[in-house]
Amino acid sequence: MDNLQVELQYFLELFLGGLTKGSIYALIALGYTMVYGIIELINFAHGEIYMIGAFTALIIATVLNIMGVNHAALVLLLSAGGAVVYASAYGYTVEKIAYSPLRNAPRLSPLISAIGMSIFLQNYVLLAQTSNFLPFPKLIPEFEFLEPISHIMGSSEFTIICTTSVIMVLLTILIKFTKIGKAMRATAQDKSMALLLGINVNHVISFTFIIGSALAAVGGVLIGSQMGQINFYIGFIAGIKAFTAAVLGGIGSIPGAVLGGLVLGWTESFGTGYISSDYEDVFAFTLLVLILIFKPSGILGRNTSQKV
Amino acid sequence: MLELNNVTTYYGNIQALKDVSLIINEGEIITLIGANGAGKTTTLMSISGLTPPRSGQIVFEKNPIHGLNPEKIVRMGVSHVPEGRRIFPFLTVLENLDMGAFLRKDKDGIRKDLKYVFELFPILAQRKHQAGGTLSGGEQQMLAISRALMARPRLLLLDEPSLGLAPLIIKQIFSIIEKLNKEHNTTIFLVEQNANLALKIAHRAYVMENGNITLTGSGHDLLSNDAVKKAYLGI
Repeated sequence: MDNLQVELQYFLELFLGGLTKGSIYALIALGYTMVYGIIELINFAHGEIYMIGAFTALIIATVLNIMGVNHAALVLLLSAGGAVVYASAYGYTVEKIAYSPLRNAPRLSPLISAIGMSIFLQNYVLLAQTSNFLPFPKLIPEFEFLEPISHIMGSSEFTIICTTSVIMVLLTILIKFTKIGKAMRATAQDKSMALLLGINVNHVISFTFIIGSALAAVGGVLIGSQMGQINFYIGFIAGIKAFTAAVLGGIGSIPGAVLGGLVLGWTESFGTGYISSDYEDVFAFTLLVLILIFKPSGILGRNTSQKV
Repeated sequence: MLELNNVTTYYGNIQALKDVSLIINEGEIITLIGANGAGKTTTLMSISGLTPPRSGQIVFEKNPIHGLNPEKIVRMGVSHVPEGRRIFPFLTVLENLDMGAFLRKDKDGIRKDLKYVFELFPILAQRKHQAGGTLSGGEQQMLAISRALMARPRLLLLDEPSLGLAPLIIKQIFSIIEKLNKEHNTTIFLVEQNANLALKIAHRAYVMENGNITLTGSGHDLLSNDAVKKAYLGI
């Protein structure tokens, strides 16, 4: 193999690694950006929902293993499905308990409530589980057809990229063409007008939290399976990164969240690959600082003038 | 059809409506005129449930509606076109109209009504895939009225439809309002600062000052009333 080929393969590896990571960031960032779009709140507890999704899948998979269920696809389906349902219920409940009573309060109050929720959920899982990393079963089986390119892309990476692509397409259809999707956009643009047309704004907000939580849970399951271990703290780190991705792309913008996630993933991947692996987070947050200085509304953010 | 009995509404601690009573009969065009800050918009918002009254009753077709949420009120057949049109700027014209029919499930009826509003305002049909925010003020007002019509209301609340529009467009919109009233028997409650225009098309009118109804009569009578002439018609 000549030098160029090695270089090219290395580049491709970093590219796919960044794409995988970025897809997960994007999945979580969508929850931040959709909630922000509708109620202008940074839902700091969102990362915890992702973590709870991963834990739910772990528990279901473990129980299934004890029960002797070995069919790989069935285990994956049940644990991922369970995680989505359970995490959605959490997202819905968090909104009802921590944000809904503060709908008309000053903007700082729900933000503090969100941080409180985040700390509460972390510690709740810490007490219910342990602070140690727990091994996460490999839910995604090895695909034989990936054998020839296994040195650059494994089955986890392949599954993550495919799953997130499908989810993005479905989400776009939901937001663009369905009645509830249009109601979400209408509510985001003018809440009291939406009320006047008979749109139940509380339902729309709950629905947004449920969708965002479901996406985060999918991310949690996928990353748990890829990394092979989880603990109560993974939601915090992933949450901060995904939040960075959402701001990067332009908070409130759905394509922005996806783009932001991918850009962040690639920045980290290429940064660690070509410069130094010690500075992964430094690359991510430097990018955030640069964006905030030069284009505060984000890559795809709208330059909105504040209504008075 | 609609009756307000001693309605009192507050914004926080500020009393915006003081014992407002008025009656709207089916098939009428009723106008409410008055200066800025008199409480006209608050009256409409009290009816549609956005700022529910603190005391008093609002009765729509024998059912009390004060304290109901806006969704239920729209479902009963009351649509509100608020001041400033409030078009969803990043939704297309068609999507804006879709949102007007949000509570309806009868697909055929919706399609028929869509055709009907496009006949009323052909310019909207031309612009149906354009974002609402890119329309001119007059087009936005047409869209706002059409959006409200998509709910198939029996009572239409219109807040300052002439605000900021060119005289020609105002004339067009007012003739549509009269047409809706005559051809569809839609009852219309019109809040206007343009008293001259409003009184001309109204069957009856109320004059509001500082949250009180101070004067009422037929549109024609008020047009020739000296106090009204002096205060609102600038004659």
